[in-house]
Amino acid sequence: MSASSAASRPAAMLGLSIREVSQALRDGRVSATELCRKCINQIQRTRYLNAFITITEETAMEQAQRTDSRLRTGKKGIPFSVKDNFCMENIETPCASGMLKGYVPPFNATVVQKLLDQGAVLVGKTNLVEFAMGAGSTDGVFGPVRNPWSYTSLYREQSTEDPDSDWAITGGSSGGSAAAVASLSSFLALGSDTGGSTRNPGSLCGVVALKPTYGLLSRHGLIPLVNSMDVPGIMTRSVHDAATVLRILQGRDERDSTTVQAPSTPPRLPEHFDIRDICVGIPKEYHAPGLSKDTLAQWSRVADMFEQAGARVQEVSLPHTQHSIVCYHVLCCCEVASNMARFDGLEYGHCSKVDSSTDAMYATTRHEVFNSVVRRRILSGNYFLLKSNYERYFVKAQQMRRLIAEDFKNVFRTGIDVLLTPTTLSDAARYSDFIQEDNRTRSAQEDVFTQPVNMAGLPAVTVPTALSHRGLPIGLQLIGQTLQDWKLLTVAQWMEQKVNFPMIHLHGESNERELNRSVRERTHTIGS
Amino acid sequence: AARSSPADPPAPPRATGRCHQLFISWALLSSLPQMVGVVGLEIHAQIQSTSKLFSGSHVRFLAPPNSLVSHFDASLPGTLPVLNRRCVEAAVLTGLALNCTINRKSLFDRKHYFYADMPAGYQITQQRVPIAVNGMLVYSYFEGRRRNQVVTKSVKIKQIQLEQDSGKSLHDDERSQTLIDLNRAGVGLMELVMEPEMCCGEEAAAAVRELQLILQALGTCQANMAEGQLRVDANVSVHRPGEPLGVRTEVKNINSVRHLAKAIDYEIQRQMEVLQSAGKVLNETRAFDSKSGNTIPMRDKEGLQDYRFMPEPNLPPLFVYESEASVPAGVDPAQVVVIDRLSGQLPELPSVKRTRLVETYGILQEHSFTLVNEDGLIDYFENVVQTTKAEPRKVIGWVIKELMGNLNSQNLNVSQSPISPCALAELISLVESGHISSSTAKQVFQEMWKAPEKTVGQIVKEQDLWMINDKEELQKICKRIVDSHPEEVQIIRGGNKKVLNKLMGEVQRETKGRTDPVQIRAILEKMVS
Repeated sequence: MSASSAASRPAAMLGLSIREVSQALRDGRVSATELCRKCINQIQRTRYLNAFITITEETAMEQAQRTDSRLRTGKKGIPFSVKDNFCMENIETPCASGMLKGYVPPFNATVVQKLLDQGAVLVGKTNLVEFAMGAGSTDGVFGPVRNPWSYTSLYREQSTEDPDSDWAITGGSSGGSAAAVASLSSFLALGSDTGGSTRNPGSLCGVVALKPTYGLLSRHGLIPLVNSMDVPGIMTRSVHDAATVLRILQGRDERDSTTVQAPSTPPRLPEHFDIRDICVGIPKEYHAPGLSKDTLAQWSRVADMFEQAGARVQEVSLPHTQHSIVCYHVLCCCEVASNMARFDGLEYGHCSKVDSSTDAMYATTRHEVFNSVVRRRILSGNYFLLKSNYERYFVKAQQMRRLIAEDFKNVFRTGIDVLLTPTTLSDAARYSDFIQEDNRTRSAQEDVFTQPVNMAGLPAVTVPTALSHRGLPIGLQLIGQTLQDWKLLTVAQWMEQKVNFPMIHLHGESNERELNRSVRERTHTIGS
Repeated sequence: AARSSPADPPAPPRATGRCHQLFISWALLSSLPQMVGVVGLEIHAQIQSTSKLFSGSHVRFLAPPNSLVSHFDASLPGTLPVLNRRCVEAAVLTGLALNCTINRKSLFDRKHYFYADMPAGYQITQQRVPIAVNGMLVYSYFEGRRRNQVVTKSVKIKQIQLEQDSGKSLHDDERSQTLIDLNRAGVGLMELVMEPEMCCGEEAAAAVRELQLILQALGTCQANMAEGQLRVDANVSVHRPGEPLGVRTEVKNINSVRHLAKAIDYEIQRQMEVLQSAGKVLNETRAFDSKSGNTIPMRDKEGLQDYRFMPEPNLPPLFVYESEASVPAGVDPAQVVVIDRLSGQLPELPSVKRTRLVETYGILQEHSFTLVNEDGLIDYFENVVQTTKAEPRKVIGWVIKELMGNLNSQNLNVSQSPISPCALAELISLVESGHISSSTAKQVFQEMWKAPEKTVGQIVKEQDLWMINDKEELQKICKRIVDSHPEEVQIIRGGNKKVLNKLMGEVQRETKGRTDPVQIRAILEKMVS
């Protein structure tokens, strides 16, 4: 790839971290308008990734211009994108479902509002799976999201196939947000994390993805999946940036009764701290079947890295973790069945033409637009919640959930500061391979390392570590103690500085034109 | 929403054509104890608060449709419930007034069912751990021919739970449309469950009446049944004492205390007749039809409902603290519900009020009930007592008989009385001081009612009603009557003193009641002796 190619030039500015680009804005090396334009152009250039559902070009440019005219400092002018399950005033929020097609929320989600208040510039709403149910970002109504790393020279040179048939998934459900940050279209993206939906695509797309402690960030305006596990997630290209954003977003919100007061947080992560004070736990149960050689190798490498630097590294046990996925399945379905009950076509969203009776209208409205994944979860959830089943499924799953949380507490009580685990079993699957299995199976496979954390409400972050032999990112996950997000990020930053993860270089422009053409034809290829 | 009342409700099943069987069962029954009714109540009391239970929308009766609907009330995705402290305080106050145990920690649950006026597809309620449990309501009613024997009973309150109200559906049959008004959706309700410990309509009605008074005194619910602020459903069954409870029916659509009593008594009677004719009571929901006084089966909507309860994940447990000292560090005591603080705010409850009235004023117990039952009547009574020197026992007669009699016949409430407490006090004072007679005073009262702009003095003067106190004049009048009634005088002198009353009546007639009967009797007795 030629260094002067169009794809690499924007990287000069777009590849910076938030900290760096903020400095550039303050120094006047770039204006907010120019920066916003660059991001919009990059989004357009990478349309083939299908990362965005809505590009808010007009409002973004207006906002950037206003920022420039005010010349104020802060986080002003940083382009960001938001997963399409966060409500934004006057912006259609279909949540990748036919049910909410055309639905325009009348209010902003708290976390989005906090970014806007800081002067950040929203460039678009990103793609996901329908109602964030799934780990692939492959089955939303707007089609699958493509992993930017499958469009780098390294991947393409190994592939003998057409770029439109051989590409990797982003993971999910916040696949669009991960792709947006990875493809340098945004400096920051918001995702949501219920069972790993931020960390999983973060890991597969080579970005830093933080799932904060449950309750630290407001869920007001986040279209819920599992209320008791959902957390807004933060995706950036550096741990430092994730910490910066966390500091802005965290804290109690009177509109979300489950939020807590944020612990006092210093203005920035410490640049230097003594890793020898840290004790890293390696949960033995995470040596799961299906763990790829590459991922295992990275896990060992980083564990060694900690040890060599003087940290205490110790094997620990989380005996109940193995039951997490099946319990998650029960609890998730129950809350989904409940949360989805509001979609009846009366107040908003899709409404069936069938109106022979109210019941018939409800039934057809819901049948017409919910995909099979959503329908299956609703049916299962209602089954689990039946009076005769409640004790056997819901209560059992809740009891197991407490044991899983206890496991973590017990480990941390022994002096462990963070746990180091893989984020996913392997690097990103090829789309054509991935869709061989159904959503339920995939979710069970993909969430295995990330999901127990949601059961316990703990903070966790995935840090891009290395590229696999296929040229796709591998990330490792660090899990921290409740409300110790800052300490977690401090360790994550140390690790980030040591692993030296490479910068993305998308394949040359000639190839890109070809891609654009093939994307236009995509509907035919996929539909056939 | 106006409910279209069915034209001709089906008659309750009777034992026609089954005389033989009936006869046999009667024969069997005669040796068994009589069947009795068993009544439990489920009461929904709308919490009097400025905003809804989980949203900031205002609560107002008769606002334009869908004008009081927040994003949460319309169940927009991404909205979350935020508990209104005022509603919790109302429930705790009510719980305290009903002698409940207040749960220091209570929980919220989701109850699922699809209904057009419940936008989320579930209601947030307190199924597992409600805010208050194990209370008791003491109530009284009157028995006896003159209905002046007080009977006092109590009923256990199983629990009080906080929950959301639904919206309203308005059915337009002509266009076969249903219109939905969400103004009421999400308004706070207290659901009170009274155990099946009552036996008839009268008891249930008395219990509800007492509850209304308590809620109104607390200011936690306006408790007007006609406006739907208090909705009472009755669970009715019959059995023979000592045997297990019978199959119960739930009677709905009752919109006054009077109808409650009627509905329950009808339902008890109906069930007894069903059983006596060897029929079976069905576990069903029945509606009271106020026109016919009957209960009729309601269309059973979906058969057996499974509400698929689950914990509400968006609301942490609700904590209520004993005292400010027990509020944990880091929590602002002003932002939480503290029982001590609320106990201090409890007003005088109706039962205490009645005892105080009886003890302070020496009035009859039944009068204390009337005073407490009428909004503003105690104030009125006490006002009169304070302004006049008359005995409270005399004042009470005026208030209950004259004032309430007039108010009731014109369907007015106390605050609408044309006669102020001051004016009534003045009138009573005139009687006490002997300026007018008590029979005249009743006449003056009616005049005052008709012409509230006039003072008591004006009316008495205009109609020349002042009492004749002049001894000589009274002598003259009496002399005239004695002279014109020689026969009666003869009889009295013969020993029949009763006939003196006739002469007294004549004096009263002649003077239009402007004389003091005691004085007249003394004069007459002297004259005829």
